[in-house]
Amino acid sequence: MLDTLVQTLLHALVLALVPPLLPGIVNKTKAVFAGRTGPPVLQLYYDLAKLAEKGIVLSRTTTWVFWAGPLAGVVTALLAGLLVPLGTHRAPISFPGDFVLFAYLLALGRFFTAAAALDTGSAFEGMGAAREVSFSPLAEPALFFGFLAAARVSGSLSLSGLLTGAWTSGWFASGGALLLVLAAWFVVLLAETCRIPFDDPNTHLELTMIHEVMVLDHGGPLLGLVLYGSSVKLFVLGALVVRLALPVPSGGPLPAWLLFGAGMAALAIGIGVVESVMARLRLVRVPQLLVTACLLSALGTVLVMR
Amino acid sequence: MSPAPPVEAALLLAAIALSLASGLPTLVRRDSEGAARLGALLAVGAGLAALAAAILGLAGRTGTVVDAAWPLPFGRLVLAVDPLSAAFLVPVSVVFPLASVYGLGYERGGANAAARRRTIRLFSGALAASIVVVTVARDGVVFLLAWEAMALSAFFLVTVEHEEAGIRRAGWTYLATTHVGTLALVAMVLLLRQRGGGLAWLPLPEGPAGTDAAILLLALVGFGAKAGLAPLHFWLPGAHAGAPSHVSALLSAVMLKTGLYGILRVSGLLPHVPVPLAALVLLAGAVTALLGVALAAGQADVKRVLAYSSVENVGIVAMGIGLALSGRAAGRPEWVLLGVAAAVFHTWVHALFKAALFLGAGSVVHATGTRAVDRLGGLLRRMPATGTAFVAGAAAAAVLPPFGGFAAEWLLYAGLLRAFLDPAHGLLLAPVGVATLALAGALAVTAFVRLAGTVLLGEPRSAAAERAHESPRTMTAPAILAAAAAAAAGLALPFLAPALERVASSWGGGSEARLVPTLAEAAALGPLTALLSSLAACVLVAALLVALAFRRRVIAGRPTWDCGYAAPSATMQYTARSFSTWVAERLAPPLLGVRTSPGRPSGLFPARVGFDSSTPEPVGERLLEPALSRAADRLGRLRRFQHGRLSSYLVVPVATLVVLLLWNALRAFWRLP
Repeated sequence: MLDTLVQTLLHALVLALVPPLLPGIVNKTKAVFAGRTGPPVLQLYYDLAKLAEKGIVLSRTTTWVFWAGPLAGVVTALLAGLLVPLGTHRAPISFPGDFVLFAYLLALGRFFTAAAALDTGSAFEGMGAAREVSFSPLAEPALFFGFLAAARVSGSLSLSGLLTGAWTSGWFASGGALLLVLAAWFVVLLAETCRIPFDDPNTHLELTMIHEVMVLDHGGPLLGLVLYGSSVKLFVLGALVVRLALPVPSGGPLPAWLLFGAGMAALAIGIGVVESVMARLRLVRVPQLLVTACLLSALGTVLVMR
Repeated sequence: MSPAPPVEAALLLAAIALSLASGLPTLVRRDSEGAARLGALLAVGAGLAALAAAILGLAGRTGTVVDAAWPLPFGRLVLAVDPLSAAFLVPVSVVFPLASVYGLGYERGGANAAARRRTIRLFSGALAASIVVVTVARDGVVFLLAWEAMALSAFFLVTVEHEEAGIRRAGWTYLATTHVGTLALVAMVLLLRQRGGGLAWLPLPEGPAGTDAAILLLALVGFGAKAGLAPLHFWLPGAHAGAPSHVSALLSAVMLKTGLYGILRVSGLLPHVPVPLAALVLLAGAVTALLGVALAAGQADVKRVLAYSSVENVGIVAMGIGLALSGRAAGRPEWVLLGVAAAVFHTWVHALFKAALFLGAGSVVHATGTRAVDRLGGLLRRMPATGTAFVAGAAAAAVLPPFGGFAAEWLLYAGLLRAFLDPAHGLLLAPVGVATLALAGALAVTAFVRLAGTVLLGEPRSAAAERAHESPRTMTAPAILAAAAAAAAGLALPFLAPALERVASSWGGGSEARLVPTLAEAAALGPLTALLSSLAACVLVAALLVALAFRRRVIAGRPTWDCGYAAPSATMQYTARSFSTWVAERLAPPLLGVRTSPGRPSGLFPARVGFDSSTPEPVGERLLEPALSRAADRLGRLRRFQHGRLSSYLVVPVATLVVLLLWNALRAFWRLP
């Protein structure tokens, strides 16, 4: 009982505090590739602290929906994070079908982020919102087919069960299918968190970007919430990929958490590598890549259904 | 079936009588506000009576309400309530009173308002009464009569604004489609009679499988045409967009559901369900859901977006029915439980949020005089109550937790996932169903962000939207009520679970007491509700904290920064049409996409060019209409024989007579048999 409580607290603390580290690692990797020193790994924490001190400038066009965007982004990402197992076998909340809720929580965040962008009445932000909600439907089947394949392999319908079970039995029996799912999920991760090759998190004024343009008018603490929310989303979706790829070692919580941490760091470095060696795709290619991810994931499901 | 308790019978008959009566006051005194208020009061009474009857029925107090000799030579008048009937009484009992109260404000003003109000009141009363009868009729002829009364009332409601050619056209399309459907239903009733030996709708004994399959197919065509199952949905957007908005609410939120009820009722009578037909229903539902939502995302008319979203939701309910049928075909009671529960609960929730959306859209149309999405904008500031109800309705329609729409789809997901993991032989279509739901849900987010964002947020795109004003309380209150109920429905699901279980067990044969998990166990309702309520609580607490922490630091009333552009104007905003460029133009198959006719400037001194886009209904206007008008052209040649000269017409029977006489004479001559 006490053990569960400690694990839950640890989960909540890691979920709340670690996410801003990931963009730091990604940026450091990119800096190393480019031969620069780059910003400190903790840069996002500094940014958040700075933004929290500032004022909030509101446009006279906006309504309460403008506030709802950043709020929904943070709350949904954090709640979704309670469903994904991090270091241990079980997430604090786990029940059959919870992965459906996981996906729809992220959809809730997306709805209000896009609505808040439209609330400003700016053409830029409308464009970003349109792209965000037009491409994400293509990522959704890829995510769900992956859940189905892992559920079939592990025989469990909860996120904790299927991610853990996929490792204990799955990788030996249906490794090929899970590999396909892993590839598809990595693509989904890049698309949903707006990384290269889908979106460039560094640009603000380019017309070919998606996420950054939606939040142009959010400033001060609201911008801080947006940045924090998207780092939590990156962390949570990253945890999904890492937990599918890595086992939970036996021998207590310490090695488990260490392996998970190493996995997350490796993932962030991997994202940094992808961002360093690839250019952003032309916008018309984005749907094609997402459809490819869907097909990979669907193929994985078909393979395990034999 | 045993007789129902007298209370139940009295409530049902009162609901029917009060609904019919609600149109009378305005018929007698057409210009009086008092008469309209009396009519609305009667409608509220009818709704309360029907709701009470439905609650009693869902609580298990079921039985025959009326069993009397029928003066026509067809047997008996049988009305009975079981949990399934009671479940489908819920939408009409909630939406009809809301729409009637809403009408008090909405029907005022404009040319011919009094005459219009008379028509709306009379026929919406008749519509509500016939829907009640349709859900409780247990006899083929009574059912068909009520069905026809419903179809005709709806026709007169659709064509209230018959001065517009487009609306007349939509009305005729609807009338023709519904009658083709009724034709299939007549054949179905005759087959049922042949099969069961009577017109009463009792569970059928074992019999030839071919007839059962034919009955189910005819039901799918007849009821599918009413519900809007693809490809029979083509009449729906025109009819629902053209009707007055509170009537659209009644049609979309309530009348469509009678088609789904019919499929459930008739398939419940059959002893067996063939596996391919169950799969057909599931697939038809999936196709309808995707088609509906993909089309909803590209429409330029507020009410057409909502109408196509109804098509989507009908598809999702049909998927639930398909899952339940597959469960019966494969002998899996838990699929039946989850499928029926999902279908029924989705029906309820859809009735609520679609009523909120149509009533909200009605207020928008009333305030601005336009239904074009791209002429609106900035209405949340100008109409806060209507706008907030609309946002809540849109969030529910976009299947977002914790709203009711999500809880309904959750049940369907639970059923499909269970079917997918079934140890013996999983349902092959289950992954298709899950992926369809996921894709449709994400597209619904696209469609409703676009709709709510363009209509309510940003700056007004026309002078009419600039001048918009909030509607009177009779119009905002029903919309808010419906939206609040739709939002709360998700959290109320565990309390409604026993009723849903009763519906499922009464549909799936009832008497056989098999070991089925409860709905709460099968769908993990406990943790789901806990999480949904904590989501709601977290959002509220976070909003409160942020508001408290940063309230002092707000610098309000500035222009939108917009990358520092100095002179932004409302027309520079992203329009709904550009918003859906990807979904409705580039990614959609050509048949489903938006049709654009961009004028391109050419030459050294280009003339003025315009840009036009339209979203014709793919099945109705792009496929059927050209084919039908070609056929009509060909058949038009037969008109030569219809020239009106009596003398030539008389030649035809005389010539026939002569030919027959000659034939007879020759037969005798040649000694043919």
